[in-house]
Amino acid sequence: MADNATTKNLALAKAINESLRRALETDPKVLVMGEDVGKLGGVFRVTDGLQKDFGESRVIDTPLAESGIVGTAIGMALRGYRPVVEIQFDGFVFPAYDQIVTQLAKMHARSLGKVKMPVVVRIPYGGGIGAVEHHSESPEALFAHVSGLKIVSPSNASDAYWMMQQAIQSDDPVIFFEPKRRYWDKGEVNTEAIPGPLHKAQVVREGTDLTLVAYGPMVKLCQEVAAAAAEEGKNLEVLDLRSVSPLDFDSIQTSVEKTRRLVVVHEAPVFFGSGAEIAARITERCFYHLEAPVLRVGGYHAPYPPARLEEEYLPGLDRVLDAVDRALAY
Amino acid sequence: MTVESTAARKPRRSAGSKAGTTGTGRTTRAGAGKSAEPELVQLLTPEGKRVKNAKNAEFAQYVAGVTPEDLRGLYRDMVLTRRFDAEATSLQRQGELGLWASLLGQEAAQIGSGRALRDDDYVFPTYREHGVAWCRGVDPTNLLGMFRGVNNGGWDPNSNNFHLYTIVIGSQTLHATGYAMGVAKDGADSAVIAYFGDGASSQGDVAESFTFSAVYNAPVVFFCQNNQWAISEPTEKQTRVPLYQRAQGYGFPGVRVDGNDVLACLAVTRWALERARNGEGPTLVEAYTYRMGAHTTSDDPTKYRADEERESWEAKDPILRLRRHLEASNHTDEGFFAELEAESEALGRRVREAVRAMPDPDHFAIFENVYADGHALVDEERAQFAAYQESFATESDSGFAAGTGGN
Repeated sequence: MADNATTKNLALAKAINESLRRALETDPKVLVMGEDVGKLGGVFRVTDGLQKDFGESRVIDTPLAESGIVGTAIGMALRGYRPVVEIQFDGFVFPAYDQIVTQLAKMHARSLGKVKMPVVVRIPYGGGIGAVEHHSESPEALFAHVSGLKIVSPSNASDAYWMMQQAIQSDDPVIFFEPKRRYWDKGEVNTEAIPGPLHKAQVVREGTDLTLVAYGPMVKLCQEVAAAAAEEGKNLEVLDLRSVSPLDFDSIQTSVEKTRRLVVVHEAPVFFGSGAEIAARITERCFYHLEAPVLRVGGYHAPYPPARLEEEYLPGLDRVLDAVDRALAY
Repeated sequence: MTVESTAARKPRRSAGSKAGTTGTGRTTRAGAGKSAEPELVQLLTPEGKRVKNAKNAEFAQYVAGVTPEDLRGLYRDMVLTRRFDAEATSLQRQGELGLWASLLGQEAAQIGSGRALRDDDYVFPTYREHGVAWCRGVDPTNLLGMFRGVNNGGWDPNSNNFHLYTIVIGSQTLHATGYAMGVAKDGADSAVIAYFGDGASSQGDVAESFTFSAVYNAPVVFFCQNNQWAISEPTEKQTRVPLYQRAQGYGFPGVRVDGNDVLACLAVTRWALERARNGEGPTLVEAYTYRMGAHTTSDDPTKYRADEERESWEAKDPILRLRRHLEASNHTDEGFFAELEAESEALGRRVREAVRAMPDPDHFAIFENVYADGHALVDEERAQFAAYQESFATESDSGFAAGTGGN
């Protein structure tokens, strides 16, 4: 049991801030780069106070150019630095998509392993905060399809803290999707704990009747779904994937072999989404265990809607419960 | 970062001490259209005569110490690079390479700039910088692996401070800028050079690299080889102003140099590198040159440009020009040229034999180096692939494939 000196109650955004602070303190090669990350501390204040304490040469305000941010970070990494770059919002990553996909992801392979790319790309993502267009998207599948990248998304403050530490220490490029609607959710963070593997899924609620799989912002929803279902006598297991690539199929398989039913929940559009990959692979692995087809709950094949409609678009308690009922009805 | 990082670097000239010689004021003929000559820095005419005038004087001092031996070295570099390039083109025609991007005509731009570099400088090439690679000591056969299809680059960039060839147009200018920002942070006085072409100048990444390098005062030289054509698109389709003038809008000097004049390229690049080392930030050098061959071996320039154009540039051939100068100056004798000819043939032979001996990569190379730290899916698919490969061995063992003999 950790004592109070090493355990803090932190909001998820603050946990990332503390994690970045620790990395900047520990390794002089770590840099933070992005638009408004300096004096302002980022539009979500995730980098608040870091420039004040580490200076403009470690916490670098950049020109307003996403490709430039990632492209120069690649050059910094080639020089031996470990840049952590911030893309201000999910929908703004696309000007940098070319650099991420054609350069960042492939440099290690192209050099036959001679070059490492320890770059973390932080992207606040997802909806639920009433934002305008391009500020609420979930493009993780677009990145997961690209070999050479690792994709993670914490769902709580402790994971946010530790997964950021691990992402920065990784010699591979990591796309770090931060669930912006959970930035203000508080949780216990033990800064002396020994974290589990970065890409290992975690059972956050044990159950026997059906497995709910989620990551990032949808984990909390799935926990709420499981609590609501429990009132109806249904015993749901909730798995927090934590990592989208690599994806911990073993943990999903273990859970599904126990519960025999699987519902995948994410904010991104269902079509060609990470849920499709999970459904396909789990069907291959668990065909004789499954009592129902793997069902998916997510966004529609439509542009992310204006804020007044996002509650209709995003998976909510009732939509997930409905999918649970359908799966249990087989 | 500028304040702290540049403070850590070696003392430099006070701002403005050489301001009168920096290039932003050199736009003698803004919008001069197709005639490049009035804007060019040139030290050797196409006839091989040394040019001395007020405009060139500041650059000429950067090659004042060049000896006849140095000139012979530059000549040798250009001849061997051209020979290597010709051999690679032939190998493509013979089916040994899938593709080749020839540098024919651009030898002076590449050797001049490449020989201006120090060992601790870092080069970010595009995919046509065979002459620069030569100057960096990269074995020419290393450049051929990706064109033969046995790898996607393959050499260790840190062995010769020569980054891998970058195929996506202009991407490497940002890598160079970031690397240069790192150099400045380290307090080192090395410089970085990014190569790109006239077509790349239209790319957003090049514009962003200009912005970043200017804002952070990064020690990077942007070396644009304007070879007049981006596949079939002429420079007029990329820009309405001379390319070197782009720099002015970003707040750093730009200069146009005769890209077929190896001495001028050496001088101007040395000048730009010195600015970088002295903490004076980026420079844009536009080497005004000509791609005498096709864009790549897949291209057919007869469909989009006239023979007369190439012929007019052949008269400005960079190698011929230096030869004329060497001969007129009595810096060489017939023995020099004969020995070089023999050396060229030996290089061609070595390259030919090396390419033909290049083994296909191991099948499992598909799964190697995808990640530095490994990835569960790659491991799983490698195992599936191994099982699939193994299934053939089993078939063969059982006599199933016996009829195919040694196939």
